[in-house]
Amino acid sequence: MARPVRFNINPIPADVKDNISLANMPEGYTGEGFFATSMNSVVGLARKNSMWPLPFATSCCGIEFMATMASHYDLARFGAERLAFSPRQCDLLMVMGTIAKKMGPVLKQVYLQMAEPRWVMAVGACASSGGIFDTYSVLQGIDQVIPVDVYVPGCPPRPEAILDGFMRIQDLVGQESLRRRTGEQYKDLMQSYGIQ
Amino acid sequence: MSTEQHIKLPEGSIEKTTTTLNLGPTHPATHGVFQNIVELDGERIVSAEQTVGYIHRAFEKLAERRPLFQITTLTDRLNYCSSPINNMGWHITCEKLLGVKTPKRVDYLRIIIMELARISDHLICNSVVGVDSGAFTGFLYVMQYRELIYEIYEEICGSRLTTNIGRIGGFERNFTPTAFQKLDKFLAEYPDVLKEFENLFTRNRIFMERTIGAGPISADRALNYGFTGPNLRAAGVDYDVRVHTPYSSYEDFEFEIPVGKTGDCYDRFLVRNQEMWQSLRIIGQAYEKVKAFTGAEAEIYHADAPEYYLPAKKDVYTKMEALIWHFKIVMGETEIPPGEVYQSVEGGNGELGFYLISDGGRTPYRLHFRRPCFIYYQAYSELTKGAMLSDAVIVMSSLNLIAGEMDA
Amino acid sequence: MALTNETITERLKAKFGDELSHFEEPYGLLTFEAPKDLNLKVMQFLYDDEELRFQFLTDLCAVHYPNQPGRELAVVYHLHNLVDNIRIRFKVFTPIAQPDVFTATQLYSAANWMERETFDFFGVNFVGHPNLKRILNVDEMIYFPMRKEFPLEDQTRIDKDDAMFGRGGHTPS
Repeated sequence: MARPVRFNINPIPADVKDNISLANMPEGYTGEGFFATSMNSVVGLARKNSMWPLPFATSCCGIEFMATMASHYDLARFGAERLAFSPRQCDLLMVMGTIAKKMGPVLKQVYLQMAEPRWVMAVGACASSGGIFDTYSVLQGIDQVIPVDVYVPGCPPRPEAILDGFMRIQDLVGQESLRRRTGEQYKDLMQSYGIQ
Repeated sequence: MSTEQHIKLPEGSIEKTTTTLNLGPTHPATHGVFQNIVELDGERIVSAEQTVGYIHRAFEKLAERRPLFQITTLTDRLNYCSSPINNMGWHITCEKLLGVKTPKRVDYLRIIIMELARISDHLICNSVVGVDSGAFTGFLYVMQYRELIYEIYEEICGSRLTTNIGRIGGFERNFTPTAFQKLDKFLAEYPDVLKEFENLFTRNRIFMERTIGAGPISADRALNYGFTGPNLRAAGVDYDVRVHTPYSSYEDFEFEIPVGKTGDCYDRFLVRNQEMWQSLRIIGQAYEKVKAFTGAEAEIYHADAPEYYLPAKKDVYTKMEALIWHFKIVMGETEIPPGEVYQSVEGGNGELGFYLISDGGRTPYRLHFRRPCFIYYQAYSELTKGAMLSDAVIVMSSLNLIAGEMDA
Repeated sequence: MALTNETITERLKAKFGDELSHFEEPYGLLTFEAPKDLNLKVMQFLYDDEELRFQFLTDLCAVHYPNQPGRELAVVYHLHNLVDNIRIRFKVFTPIAQPDVFTATQLYSAANWMERETFDFFGVNFVGHPNLKRILNVDEMIYFPMRKEFPLEDQTRIDKDDAMFGRGGHTPS
C-alpha cells in the first residue's frame, strides 16, 4: 500500500528565490547606502504583513475559517501565522458567524480588550447584517456594537472570499495614516459606539 | 480565588477555598460558543455548570413562517459539519407528511451524500480531539482530504458547507459524471489517509494517556441522559437510527454498528473512526447499486411529485401548467396537508428528529427539532466531575458539540 | 412477541381506564392524550412496566394553540422503547393562565434542559424542576417568544421597516 505520507530521506535544499514572496519596497528615495521613505509606509508595511488575527468564530463561518487556516488554503501565507485567542495581543478581530443578542456584550468586551490599533472584519452574512436570521434573538449586524472595517459577504463565504477580505484588511492597514487613531474623526466614531 | 467557600471541599484537600474558572463563551478551549463555569479544587473539578444560548437564532419560530422548501436552508445551519444529513432528514420528513414515495436510485444517491457528510463530521470531531490533546498534525493532514468531500458537494449542489442539497422528492439535478469521478478519487485516496490518521492516534501513548478514562459514562446514565449517536454507542448501546428505523432504504445495506465499552473519550474516538470505515463501506455498496441501474432508470433523480418538485426549466418556459406549479412552489402557495409527523435520522452526532405539525396551512404550524447535542450536553457536568481541568477540554471536544445545533 | 400499538393501548386502558383519550396512530406512531395531573403517573407506568419499558425520552416540546380556550398549551412527549424498538407520543394540555405541569426530571435526566427550553419558549411552569430558568434567551427577556402572539422579527431594525417584513404595526397570524 502506498503511504500517502512519505518520509523525506533525500531532502532537497529549499529554493528560496521562487517560493518565498517578498513584500515590495515602499516608494521612496534611494541612493548609495541610504533609503528614505515616510514613516507611514514603513510601519504600514510591517503591520500589514504580520497581522495577528483573533478568530471569533461562533457558527458555520467558523468551519469555513477552519478550512481557510488549515493546510489547503493556508492563511499563514499572508503573514497571519499566529492565530491568537487572547484579545490583548491581537490586531484583527475576525467575527465569523451569527452574533446573538446574548453574545453582543461579550463581543464588545473582546473588542475593548484589544489594544489599538485594531481592525475588525465581519465574515459572512450574519455578522454583517444578521443574514437570514431576522429574528428577535439575533443581533442585526455586528456594526451595531462595534465598528467594522471590512465586510465579507456569503453564507458562508468561501475560503477564497475570506482570504480576499483579509487582503483588503491588509490594504487598509498598509495605507493607514499613523495619526488616524488620534484624530477627531476616529474619536467621534468611537464615541458613536459609546467607547471612550 | 473566591472569598467565601461555596462548597464543602473533599477530605484531604490542600486548598483553603475553591477557584472558580470561567471557560468561555470565547475561549480557545471551547470550540464554539459554550460557557462552562468550573469550580476547581486545585486542578480538580469539583463542579461544572454549562450555559448555552449564545447563538440562539430562533429556528423554530422562523420555521413557522416559511414554506417547507425554505426550511431546508435552516436545517443546513443546525449541525453545519454535516449539513447534507440535516437536509435529507428534512426532505424525508416532508415526504412522509406529503406521502411522496422516492425512487430507489434517489435513496441510494442520498445515502452516498449522507455518508460522505458523516465522514466529514467525524473527521472534524476526531481531528479536533487530537488538537486538544496537543496533536495538530492530524488536523492539518485530514483537513486537506475534507476538501475532497466538499468538492463533491460543490459538484452536486454548488455549495461547500451550507449545502441546501436536494429537494423534496429527490435532487435538483442528476449527478454529473464529474461528481462520480470526484467520488472515485475520494474513495481511492481516503482509506489510506484514514489509516494514516488512525496510526497517528490509536496506539499513541500520549493520546491514550490523555483520553482513556476521561469523561466516562455508563450505558444506564447515557440512556437516561438521552445520549444518541456515537456517544451512546461508545457507552456500549448499539442504538443506531439507520438500523432501528431505517429511512432512505438503509435496510438494503450491510454494515456494522461499532460499539465501545466505557464511554470515555478514547472509546468515542474509536467509535467515530470505525464509523468512518463503515460509512466508506456503505458508500461503496451504494455506489455499486447506483451503477447497476440501466436505461431510463439510470436517469431518475427525483420522485414524480409535481405539486412539490419544481418542474424543469424548459417546461416552465413552454407549458402553462408547469409555469403555474413553478409559481405556486416558489411563492410557497402550496397547501400542506394537515398532520403530525415525527421523523428522525442518524445525524453526525446522534438522533436528529423533526417533529412537524401542520394544520393545513402553507407553513408548518409548529416544527420542533430534536437536536442531539443539546440533549447530551447536559451530562457534561456529570462527565467532568472529579476530573482534571485539562480533561474538561478534551471531554468537550470529544462529545462533538456543535453550537449552531445546540442553540437552534 | 413484539410489542404492538394495540398491546400498549390495552395496557394503558387497563391501568388508567377512561382517563386517557384521543388514541390515534398518525403515520404509525401511537399518540394519546393524558390529563395534565396524570402526566407523571403515566410516564412512571410506561417506564416501570415490565412489558412496556419506555425508558428513553426522545423529545419533549410544547405547542401553542391560541384558539383552544382552556387548553392553549400542549406539552408533547416522545418516548422510545429501545428493546422492542417502538415509539409513542403523548400530550398533556394546560390552560395558559396557569401553565403548571409536573416535571419529568426525576425519571429522565434528559428532561432537565428540554423542560428549561420549553419554559423559555412557552412559559410552561414545570412543577418540581430543580432549576427552572431561561436557557437559550437572555435572562432579561420578559415574554415567551414562541407563543403565537409574539412577532418573529427583530423590532429594532429600521432599514427594512415595512409591512412585508412583519413590521409596521401588525403581527402576522
